[in-house]
Amino acid sequence: MTGTMWMWVLLAILVFLIVIVISIYNSLVRLRNQVDNAWSQIDVQLKRRHDLIPNLVETAKGYMKHERETFEKITEARSRAMGAKTVAEAAKAENALTGALSQFLLVVENYPELKANQNFLALQETLTSTENKIAYARQAYNDQVLFYNNKIQMFPSNLIAGMFGFTKRDFFEIEQPAQREAPKVSF
Amino acid sequence: MWEQIQINKRNSILLLTGMALFLMALGYVLGSAIGGPKAGWLGIIIATAVWFILTIISFTSGDQILLASSRAVPVDANVHPQLFNVVEEMSIAAGLPKIPKIYIINDQAPNAFATGRSPQTASVAATAGLLARLNRDELQGVMAHEISHIVHRDILYVTLAGVMLGSIVLLSQTFLRGAYYSSLSNRRYSSGGRQSSGGQALFFVLAVVLSILAPLFAQLFYFALSRRREYLADAGAVRLTRYPEGLASALEKISSTGISMESANAVTAPMYIVNPFRGKNAARLLSTHPPVEERIRILRRMSQGISYRDYEESYRQVTNRSGIIPPSALKDEPAAPRTPSVPPAPPPNPFQVNRQIGDLMRKVNGFTFLPCSCGITMKIPPNFPAPKAQCPRCGQIHTLRSQ
Repeated sequence: MTGTMWMWVLLAILVFLIVIVISIYNSLVRLRNQVDNAWSQIDVQLKRRHDLIPNLVETAKGYMKHERETFEKITEARSRAMGAKTVAEAAKAENALTGALSQFLLVVENYPELKANQNFLALQETLTSTENKIAYARQAYNDQVLFYNNKIQMFPSNLIAGMFGFTKRDFFEIEQPAQREAPKVSF
Repeated sequence: MWEQIQINKRNSILLLTGMALFLMALGYVLGSAIGGPKAGWLGIIIATAVWFILTIISFTSGDQILLASSRAVPVDANVHPQLFNVVEEMSIAAGLPKIPKIYIINDQAPNAFATGRSPQTASVAATAGLLARLNRDELQGVMAHEISHIVHRDILYVTLAGVMLGSIVLLSQTFLRGAYYSSLSNRRYSSGGRQSSGGQALFFVLAVVLSILAPLFAQLFYFALSRRREYLADAGAVRLTRYPEGLASALEKISSTGISMESANAVTAPMYIVNPFRGKNAARLLSTHPPVEERIRILRRMSQGISYRDYEESYRQVTNRSGIIPPSALKDEPAAPRTPSVPPAPPPNPFQVNRQIGDLMRKVNGFTFLPCSCGITMKIPPNFPAPKAQCPRCGQIHTLRSQ
């Protein structure tokens, strides 16, 4: 009598453990998919930026004759980014492109005729938005990586992560000291 | 933020059952008052049926009802590209599975809200007055606040509660009016019938009292958690944009405009980012939103970091209270704020704002914008009958596309 009861209790515990393992495994898979998805979102936005640049340069060139250097930097960084073979290479080229474009957006302020052109204003909005989307896609990717890495390192999910080969992911770091400074607000 | 989502899901269920019990009690009392003690059970059955139907309606099309009653019009990206860009940016930052549907409300007062059942079916709406007044960073702050409501699942709660509140108000109003008119004619409900027992009279008095108090209680119930949700959505918005000043200055602009929204009502009021009523009307709904000045001060204090922990810290300094952010979110990684993306510009003058609102609504309503070489832009209504239009200044003839 007691033997069969013990068996049932053991069975219940076993079933309970299996259910827990399955649910942790599933949540790990979900988190890993979210990380992958966030990564692909960065790719989508980078590609959108590459497509945007020729149009932008074409529209702005006529107005900004003295900024040939800026345009050269932009087109050069773009072709390097598009031809990049490794992730490190691509990251470097994309960072250069981000720098060149943000400089371009600053310089634009000196060209009132350009800022009166409706076509250019629309392009400028698209460019600003694309730059933002890249930054926010990175931010979202890093957030997802943080969730995922935390889950992998914490007990008890670390046991299951080890068992099924879930490995840590790297953050997408960017080198932009200007972005780390707090904004100065004056009234 | 998972804990907050769990809390909100639980609250939604609690709210649904609470409102259901309330509706049933109301049904029983109203039934007894009208048709005697036996009709009380019939009242419960009717109330349950009403509740059941309303829940199905609010799950399937509650957002559509709220959008329609706010006179929000769905628009495409051509009407306001910047709004679409900003919403997409914030959806990416929040990792939403889908970009919310975007609506514009024809209203002078600046305001915005989000609604829907889940992140997959969410919508955001902004007024024309908002779009005409805010710069890019401010608009981003406002949309980030709305996207945070979507991420936190506040939208389902508000939709369910709004429809429930509306139905309780409707039921009570119907009874009160019926009772009022019948008491004018022959007092059939209170003293009529064969057995004019004291019990039924008691139920009648109870029904009247309940019908007057029910909408008030339902509103209290509805508002109880909406203040905390606003703070949380502010904190979430800052975390998404990494720029507290954007939302702060947007809130300042929104609250400093002394215009009440014409398209808002008591049911939709708690959905908006800032209480849509001003002046006399505001006192009535004072409890739906935390004081805007306080929200702005909290945001402006967060100059060193943008995490939930920084918001909690700033909240504590400003209000001398604590515990606005759920503990699970406080483990958040610290991150620094970013710099403003738009150069500071002088505020638009009222003339420009009105002009922009007009143009925006013309775009929403399908007007064709035809720039003429002499410098003016002709705005042609969608039902313009002739195939050609003449420029009023230089007399040049323009051909309208296809029509």
